[in-house]
Amino acid sequence: MRFALSEDQGLLQDSLNKALAQLSPLDRVRRFADGGEMTAPDIWAGLSDAGLPGLLVPEEFGGLGLGLLEAALAAEALGKVVAPTPFLGSAVLAPLALTLGGSVEQKAEWLPKLASGEATAGVAISEPIAGAREGAGVTAKDGKLTGKALFALDAPGADLLIVADRAGGLHLAEPVEAVPMTSIDATRRLSELTFKDTPAEALSSNQALERLRDAAWTMIAADTLGACQTMLEKAVDYAKERKQFGRTIGSFQAVKHLCAEMAAELEPARALVWYAAYAFDHAPDEAPLMAAHAKAHTSEIGRFIARTATEVHGGIGMTDLLGLHYWFKRIGQNRQILGGPERVRETAARLQGLAA
Amino acid sequence: MDLTLTPELATFRDEVRAFLDAHKDEYADGVPKDMRAWQKTLIANGYAARTIPKAYGGFGAAPDILKSRIIAEEFIAANAPRGMAGQGISMLVPTLLEVGSEEQKTRWIPPTLAGEILWCQGYSEPGAGSDLANLQTKAVEDGEDFLISGQKIWTSTAMQAQMMFCLVRTEPDAPKHEGISYILFPMSTPGIEVRPLKTMTGVAEFNEVFFTDVRVPKSAVVGGRGRGWFVANATLKHERGMLGDPNATEARLKALIELMKSETVDGQRVIDNPVFRDRLMQLQARVLSMKFNGLRTATDDTAGLARMVVKLQGCELNHQVAALAIDALGELGILYHDGPYLRAKGNWQRNYMFDLGLIIGGGTAQIQKNIISERGLGMPREPKAAPQ
Repeated sequence: MRFALSEDQGLLQDSLNKALAQLSPLDRVRRFADGGEMTAPDIWAGLSDAGLPGLLVPEEFGGLGLGLLEAALAAEALGKVVAPTPFLGSAVLAPLALTLGGSVEQKAEWLPKLASGEATAGVAISEPIAGAREGAGVTAKDGKLTGKALFALDAPGADLLIVADRAGGLHLAEPVEAVPMTSIDATRRLSELTFKDTPAEALSSNQALERLRDAAWTMIAADTLGACQTMLEKAVDYAKERKQFGRTIGSFQAVKHLCAEMAAELEPARALVWYAAYAFDHAPDEAPLMAAHAKAHTSEIGRFIARTATEVHGGIGMTDLLGLHYWFKRIGQNRQILGGPERVRETAARLQGLAA
Repeated sequence: MDLTLTPELATFRDEVRAFLDAHKDEYADGVPKDMRAWQKTLIANGYAARTIPKAYGGFGAAPDILKSRIIAEEFIAANAPRGMAGQGISMLVPTLLEVGSEEQKTRWIPPTLAGEILWCQGYSEPGAGSDLANLQTKAVEDGEDFLISGQKIWTSTAMQAQMMFCLVRTEPDAPKHEGISYILFPMSTPGIEVRPLKTMTGVAEFNEVFFTDVRVPKSAVVGGRGRGWFVANATLKHERGMLGDPNATEARLKALIELMKSETVDGQRVIDNPVFRDRLMQLQARVLSMKFNGLRTATDDTAGLARMVVKLQGCELNHQVAALAIDALGELGILYHDGPYLRAKGNWQRNYMFDLGLIIGGGTAQIQKNIISERGLGMPREPKAAPQ
């Protein structure tokens, strides 16, 4: 037994971090966020060369056939540099939905294209997981979808959509217009989708939506973990450099204790997220509860680290110029997307028979 | 990541279970019927003093963190008592094994393990808490002996202990960290006075110990004269690992969940109150984080920072678990000591108060944060105050 990354997993992590430092430096992120770009094909193409889109796709369909722990390491690496990519929708949720509930033809048509990065997928599963707002909800009838889906992931430029209906059934739908939903986090695009007799094929699997939810919660938790790691590192680096009262501010306990508190919250959360990802593939009975706790807990420590790391920077931390706010906002969005921590914890209680 | 047990470890788990089942008449409710006999049985089977050499009265197994974990898990699952865990066994013995002379090891380790000698620790002083190296209890040379004078505080089990391991200043002119020696002596030595120190729990968990010209032979120093600071640091490492044990926290969370399922207010179970349920789920996520963090620190060489946060986070979490239990009990939560409506013998209140002491003791939360930021994150030390 060993609760640690394998050599291969460590290498994957290192190579992704290196690739992302080149592909998605802060000025590239800023161009995406402030320039109103809806997709960043250059970054996705670069990551496709490293095999990232096919991480979870079975080898027979041209992917790497790896597990959710490897995907969590990728999500963490993306969160570290707040990379604008369709990773969650295209590389995690769509391949999982197809693998779990797709027909032989559906898999053969889409998995190889998703794995190579040639096609991307949008995913609209917010309503049955986070709750329906503003009259949203999609109804499926006779191979057609009708209704509105909010907070769709990675929909701009997508070649296919995975859509959950009101009853939790999953469908593979043709792309529709992705109307931007402007949110705090400009490093990832959320969309409103309107379906009107839109042709769709049902995916056949009873548990698929629950599995998608668990995977999504774990990936979002890992993304927050990576973003928090960067915020902590930036705060520590800044506190070691900045001088006031003739001393580096990091030598004041008032400041260094804030950094210690961030590290003390972050390190154990890493173990929880790793375990949730491991459980998804190796301990399926525990996976839903672990995913819920990973999502809710990283939301809480994420809020603490995002505000504390900003505070350690003082006034400069608030500025657009420094760019720390991209991490702050990414963490804030991760907290709410697909269910805020209160709602997710209610699921955690229900999963153990502690709530009706 | 590979969390499956090898066949060898799976067999080992079965062996531990079989042992606990075969000896289940020898304990009840987590307490052995005869502590010393139980200790002897545990050592003979490798469930106490596991890695201590046979020559010193231990079981003599090679260190194996995973087997130790399996033992801990199975004993908790069976609510079976672990071996004795006084400061002698958990702190002095590892220290002697590391730096003691052969004569000291043979003389002190076997009777300590067998429970025949109980030890207390003489570290903290009124003027030397977080700044332990500032300790002033002095040991003055007198022929082949030292004469010790001064005062210790926060000394657990000083009333019962036969022996003390103690930090004293033997070299008054040396820099503060280099003038200290680690020394052993009987509590029956003339010139020692013990006064119980009652805490807010209503119990005297600690004592003050006063020394007036206490005569101790120089041969009782462990690890060399003036080396006491470094000897003591080896011991503190063992104490901090003990104070944040995630297995103990997990057992308490289990009890909290049972409490919230069984207690009712106006006929409604506490667990059915969404506010309490949400707080419970927040704590459960923290307990799971510390559990997996524990698995990681046991097997991942790169987890240095993860190891440093255990005392800080683990002690805080224990305190929060007790706090929620009190809140969940509502007005019943304030009952204490005795009475027909008292729950769990008042242990939730007692833990809530005593655990605050553990947040402070064994290196305060603030000292832990200094360690995490300075050694873990590489941040600069607080500049030293100008000498006065």
